[in-house]
Amino acid sequence: MLTGAFALVFFYAPLDADQGFIQKIFYVHVPMALVALVGFMAGGVLAALHLRTRETKWDMRSYVTIHVSVILAVGVLVTGSIWARASWGHWWIWDEPMLVSFLIVFLLYATYWPLRFSIEDKDRQSRYASVFAIVAGAFVPLNFTAVRMAESFTHPETGTMTTSGPASVTLTFLASLLGMTLLFVTLCKYEMASKNATFRLRALRRRLAGDDDELALPGRSAAPQL
Amino acid sequence: MPALPLDEAGKYVAAAYLVFLALVLIYVAIMAAKLARIEREVVELAELVEGRQPGGAPAERAREPVA
Repeated sequence: MLTGAFALVFFYAPLDADQGFIQKIFYVHVPMALVALVGFMAGGVLAALHLRTRETKWDMRSYVTIHVSVILAVGVLVTGSIWARASWGHWWIWDEPMLVSFLIVFLLYATYWPLRFSIEDKDRQSRYASVFAIVAGAFVPLNFTAVRMAESFTHPETGTMTTSGPASVTLTFLASLLGMTLLFVTLCKYEMASKNATFRLRALRRRLAGDDDELALPGRSAAPQL
Repeated sequence: MPALPLDEAGKYVAAAYLVFLALVLIYVAIMAAKLARIEREVVELAELVEGRQPGGAPAERAREPVA
């Protein structure tokens, strides 16, 4: 899907009248940013489900969603920086609200793993991490709205770029967004399967360690324990 | 700001898409390494379990290589 979307980017979508070829970065940068931000919010929703039900699977899902979103956020920052260099002549502009707010969101979520790792008790770790994910997840749309309301003269707005152009731009953007969403879901499932297999193995090791102590693993980890 | 000429814009566009590709590939490589570790642990545990059983038959199925 993503390959098809990128084929549309280079062979179907027209060149932007203002930015020219450099605007092609839009089709990877913006879908990645949107999926990362929605992923952060989804992490908050899943964390709320964990606090409500106390089931560890929701904590695991929240953890994995935030994990993959942070990886995408790294991509957003780097591709955005490349686009800024090509469009504005600078790698980073500190008085541009969109850039700085996204960096703040990224740095906020970068503290998620140290927070988890600093709490040894597994139950308390998952509860504190869930509270963090809910608060940070609520911060994301607030932050996004605040930036939209602020007057920005430099950063292009997604709505303007997709709706004011020809239909081919909108179609290509939607295809990229769908492809990025599917990639996100796939990576989350992949990560979840890996974590589940690891914890089942650890459980098996613990059972075997009942009569063989050298098989017992150190329990401290930032990841939730099933 | 006027649009960059194609030869100059091309390297930035290529860099952006390569960054994305690199991120996905690094992630997949890390996951592959984790999967290989899990496979090793499964084999190790299966051998231990088989070794403890009376008769101590080796874990033939676990030793079979996974494609």
